Amino acid sequence: MTAAPARHIRARGGLHGALHRSKAFRGYALLSPALVVLFVGVVVPFLILLMMSFWTRQGFDFDTTMTTLNYARAVDEPIFGTFLLRSFWVSGIATVATVLLCYPMAYYVAFHVHRNKMLWIILITLPFWTSYLLRVFAWRVILGYEGVINASLLSMGFIEKPLAFLLYSQTAVIITLAHAWAAFAILPLYVSLEKIDRSLLEAAADLGDGPVRRFLRVTLPLSLPGVIAATFLIFIPTTGDYITPALLGGPDGAMIGNLIQLQFGAVNNWPMGAALSIILTLWIAAIALVFVFLTRRAERVVA
Amino acid sequence: MRSGSYITRPNRTLQIYACVFLVVLYVPVLFIPLFSFNDSIYVRFPLQGFTTNWYVDLMGRDAVWDAMWNSVRVGVCVAVISTVLGVLTARAITRNRIPGQNAVVAFVMLPLVIPGIIFGVALLVLLSRLGIPLSLYTVALGHLIVCMPFSVATLLPRFEGMDGSMEEASADLGENGWWTFWRVTFPIVLPGIVASLLLTFIVSFDEFIMAFFLSSTETTLPIYIWSQLRFPREFPSVLALSSIILTVSFVLVFIALWIGRTGLIEKDHPRPPEAPKS
Repeated sequence: MTAAPARHIRARGGLHGALHRSKAFRGYALLSPALVVLFVGVVVPFLILLMMSFWTRQGFDFDTTMTTLNYARAVDEPIFGTFLLRSFWVSGIATVATVLLCYPMAYYVAFHVHRNKMLWIILITLPFWTSYLLRVFAWRVILGYEGVINASLLSMGFIEKPLAFLLYSQTAVIITLAHAWAAFAILPLYVSLEKIDRSLLEAAADLGDGPVRRFLRVTLPLSLPGVIAATFLIFIPTTGDYITPALLGGPDGAMIGNLIQLQFGAVNNWPMGAALSIILTLWIAAIALVFVFLTRRAERVVA
Repeated sequence: MRSGSYITRPNRTLQIYACVFLVVLYVPVLFIPLFSFNDSIYVRFPLQGFTTNWYVDLMGRDAVWDAMWNSVRVGVCVAVISTVLGVLTARAITRNRIPGQNAVVAFVMLPLVIPGIIFGVALLVLLSRLGIPLSLYTVALGHLIVCMPFSVATLLPRFEGMDGSMEEASADLGENGWWTFWRVTFPIVLPGIVASLLLTFIVSFDEFIMAFFLSSTETTLPIYIWSQLRFPREFPSVLALSSIILTVSFVLVFIALWIGRTGLIEKDHPRPPEAPKS
């Protein structure tokens, strides 16, 4: 599900500028319903969220004088920084684990599956489409105090009493995130591996490279764009995840998403929640810029 | 050609890894149906015996049926609207020269990557400032934002893979744009449309975060499950309900992906057939 930019525009030599303009106009007319929905559903809400982040709470209402108080709080009070750092830490580890574990799988499908490739891809991506909530819930069944792992270990006599650290910990969140986002990593990795020209590998072999050197000097560098894409496609959405830390995190595993939800729920300080959302968005934007930069570099190195 | 065969030679380690990978991918989810038939209120081994009581119990609850009906209504509306928008978008992008179209595609795809919680709270803030009460309509609006990337991503390859000369031929033979679309374009992209309808329905049906922030007293199924998770007594019936949802999702998604991929396979892999192994 990598956003493939449309490049298939037929070149139409000899068309007049006016016709061009009318084609562009018709294109925009076709696009307009989607753009209106996105404008109403994404742009406007986000601008209001931005505005609200400069307000303050006043009882059950808001004080709409513009102030940077919320941002000052977010910087000064260590709890906000702690949650943000922990979110990056937890989803960072989950991301690295996912990409490392998915790479061989994507490699296998790209290089060693010759028939029914699509069936493999569908099998791998199928769980991704089913309820995220339920996949996370499944891990609660497994990691719980009386869950599958504890019960099995107990009955086999490996442990005396259930391992309490399995549920409600950062470990639980990391395992669950890595499992839940695997399909998201497989696709970009697979696409980049599939694109590799096999004759390059043959050339490397002819020139005397062994399997390991061939992998390190040809396959791995050429698949780097896919590795980078997978890394960021997982890292960005998982930093703001709410469900997994809420169901499996406990106090140690709570992340920035839970803090934001608290501001809109129990704490009932919407402007603070808005400010935290904006801060998270800014971080994501910064990370996305790094991503664009790295992809450009990787593509230049590959080319 | 020994070197050529190396690349494609079966690799035992990788084969085993791939199988283990698939097992690990699926097994955690399979524990849900397993325990939903277990005759015990506790989720633990050893299993106590087979029962369908939890399912029977579920069928007798009005709240479950209400939530199911709500989820289906929202899902169908969202699927139809986002697929129509997806068709228009994909068509506009592939057949018209639009300045800044990459930016448009990136914009549509944003909700795929940005954490849902940000869109959820942003919409919540907007609706509350406008004084619009939360309802199933607001949930549907949230789901529409989440589903559009999926419908565009499903439909774009369809439109891109289409031979433009067919439309030109139709136009040359005197059909106007509207009829050309219905009689030429539509049948060709139909598998993509079906796949998009099914996938967006499932995404909406399973969606939690948007519904969590944007629903009122009328809940959808995931919200109902969430509310029941608090009560340990309800755990087995939650497992039963989850099993039903998972089964429906798996079947629909498999059909959707299969329909969506057929006909595109050759275009995905323009590689010449493998040379015979030595």
